[in-house]
Amino acid sequence: MSGTSGTDTDGGRAGDGAAEPAQDQNRARAERKGSRLDGQPLEYAPAPESRSVVRLREAYDPFIDGEFVPAETGEHLTTANPADEEPLAQVALCGEADVDRAVAAARRAFDAVWRELPGAERGKYLFRIARILQERSREIAVLETLDNGKPIKETRDFDVPTAAAHFFYHAGWADKLAFAGMGPDPRPVGVCAQVVPWNFPLLMLAWKIAPALAAGNTVVLKPAETTPLSALLFAEVCQEAGLPPGVVNIVTGDGGTGRTLVEHPGADKVAFTGSTEVGRGIARALAGSGKRLTLELGGKGANIVYDDAALDQAVEGVVNGVFFNQGHVCCAGSRLLVQESVAEEFLERLRARMALLRLGDPLDKNTDIGAVNSAAQLERIRDLAETGRAEGAHAWSPPCPLPERGHWFPPTVFTGVTQAHRVAREEVFGPVLSVLTFRTPEEAVAKANNTPYGLSAGVWTEKGSRMLWTAERLRAGVVWSNTFNKFDPASPFGGYKESGYGREGGRHGLEAYLA
Amino acid sequence: MPQTASAAEQAPTNRALREFLHGLPGVDEVGARERAAGLATRSVKTTAKAAALDLAVRMVDLTTLEGADTPGKVRALAAKARRPDPDDPSAPSAAAVCVYSDLVGVAVEALRGSGVGVASVATAFPSGRAPLEAKLADTRRAVADGATEIDMVIDRGAFLSGDYRKVHEEITAVKQACGGAHLKVILETGELATLDNVRRASWLAMGAGADFIKTSTGKVAPAATPPVVLVMLEAVRGHRAATGRTVGVKPAGGIRTAKDAVRNLVMVQEVAGPRWLDPALFRIGASSLLNDLLMQRSKLRTGAYAGPDYFTID
Repeated sequence: MSGTSGTDTDGGRAGDGAAEPAQDQNRARAERKGSRLDGQPLEYAPAPESRSVVRLREAYDPFIDGEFVPAETGEHLTTANPADEEPLAQVALCGEADVDRAVAAARRAFDAVWRELPGAERGKYLFRIARILQERSREIAVLETLDNGKPIKETRDFDVPTAAAHFFYHAGWADKLAFAGMGPDPRPVGVCAQVVPWNFPLLMLAWKIAPALAAGNTVVLKPAETTPLSALLFAEVCQEAGLPPGVVNIVTGDGGTGRTLVEHPGADKVAFTGSTEVGRGIARALAGSGKRLTLELGGKGANIVYDDAALDQAVEGVVNGVFFNQGHVCCAGSRLLVQESVAEEFLERLRARMALLRLGDPLDKNTDIGAVNSAAQLERIRDLAETGRAEGAHAWSPPCPLPERGHWFPPTVFTGVTQAHRVAREEVFGPVLSVLTFRTPEEAVAKANNTPYGLSAGVWTEKGSRMLWTAERLRAGVVWSNTFNKFDPASPFGGYKESGYGREGGRHGLEAYLA
Repeated sequence: MPQTASAAEQAPTNRALREFLHGLPGVDEVGARERAAGLATRSVKTTAKAAALDLAVRMVDLTTLEGADTPGKVRALAAKARRPDPDDPSAPSAAAVCVYSDLVGVAVEALRGSGVGVASVATAFPSGRAPLEAKLADTRRAVADGATEIDMVIDRGAFLSGDYRKVHEEITAVKQACGGAHLKVILETGELATLDNVRRASWLAMGAGADFIKTSTGKVAPAATPPVVLVMLEAVRGHRAATGRTVGVKPAGGIRTAKDAVRNLVMVQEVAGPRWLDPALFRIGASSLLNDLLMQRSKLRTGAYAGPDYFTID
């Protein structure tokens, strides 16, 4: 791993055309006068967010029927901090009996309480949950960072506020469902089995639970094996909000638990976010069962940068598009398609910008890139990066020492990539950018669409007509223009082709939860 | 972008300037605002904060630009710039004082031997609405009286009407009149309105010989907003890459707290590069900022905030 850090198979480092990385000038510093900076870098002192706001329990039980009750399996999994591999807590490995209990509790709550509750009353619970998420935001942000490895600045400024926004937004829908375009009196579907991934544990939970509850459904949710803690904290939030027992149930466990849940005969609707491979298995298992299914799967998003783009902002957008959340984003802009006439200048600026990315302690407020969530994911990223090199693409990473413990991968850009390379086709789900060039708008669109996925894309140009022309032709569920990774609860999100089906968020997202 | 820079210098016809300036990559306002806001979340603590505060003090152009300015007021300001915190000899001096041209002599006298520079606004500050001869006379007089730095304003009317050549010629002429004095060119970004204009005006001024580009007069709001400073820092970085010449940046107007000042330094470091973390290449035009910097300095040293009466008002 350390072998890739700071390597430069192209031989080109950031030139004068952009900010010089701080590390460069350290050595010269001592020679300068006194303690004054005078052209020397300002070294940010460590600014760690305190862990003390979080009280971790030694072991966590699943949340069923309003209470934390021991799993009948008696088995546990350990969840660890990916930044230092220290175990954080034991969580229950739920089995069939536990899933049965959770689904039964959800059914009782649906029939006895929730479906008949006036929408305005359901909305009050959702507003309450949203406010509690805001009140406990610091605690949730720190916990999410500990369990997931993502930087505190992202959990603090993105994950938690956006999760709260989803509850606020859907709270507003709860008594206005007649206006959702689903007829004058749309009805809830029933019990929803929901399985969420590890990349945005709390936010994906919010995307799933908020619309389900607003529409009058009850929920059994399984968080990812490696990131169960924020969902269990969310269970506490439900208790604090006085949510009727059984409306939200959280069962923890591994892939087997998830399979048991989605295949459970008591579930009326299944919502899954995760890998295409698992999604395909779920679709197969559910075929003919009559259950509703929405899938939000992988992606290989293209960021198209035209020669007339606002280059400095496009660089920011590309960096944000692929290095946000260590690249563990299904809609990541992991392919850069840059017009050949500006490619060299753009890459020079991009490399210089990448040299400023700060990788390290996720709890430090100045950290831009945190830890890879698990050893297994790190292995997959390394494997694909190795394949990229073996296939002849040039890898470049800025000078970037990696911590000794934990799972880390440096931000990496591959140049000399073609459509035929695996790094250009397969989802890496890590901080790895593949750069391809194009000559004409037609070629850009053809290359962007030439992927089995179709989740996201970006278009960078200052010319409105070209922007619209391009966006119209991109087969992706979301197309951002002159920005990237913008998420609003009012905006539907979802994919084409192997990126899944169904939409989450907005009026379209309600459709999955209403009959 | 870089290749045409020298062409613009050699052939400052309106057409050539227009082609060059409008050929620069655009600025996306939303993206620039977002980047500036992102950098504002950098957490600068303990040792980093101490270094940043000291550097910020040394970058202050302590300014008084009032119709009511008197020799007495300027002498008081000079004393403050020379020794900002009488209780703490370790507090560095400010970079310069900035006054109207008729008070340059007073400032020079008061600052003799201190190493603190004397900057003078000139060229019909703040509006810039005067004949070129008057602007040049203003400049020459300030330099003759001992000003080491001249802060000129561009003709925003000419810029907005597309007469880039006029703006270019005025800057060139004033630069010549400056002799050995450093020339800071005030773009008055609040009147240029768009970030595309800020980028163009920055390149225009740099191409015409500016040693510094400066955001504002302080008489127009908005002044030194973070996105504007960001775009100007991108411009000096790009200009150095294209021509090898390093131009400084001076935000002025609206930077009142130590926190704002430190955020500016973070932008300098991460947008232009550490090279610009130097009073020779980055200044902050301010008046009330200085005492907040001193207050934060003393808080770091003593662990407690002293009240405002423990810091001299001028």
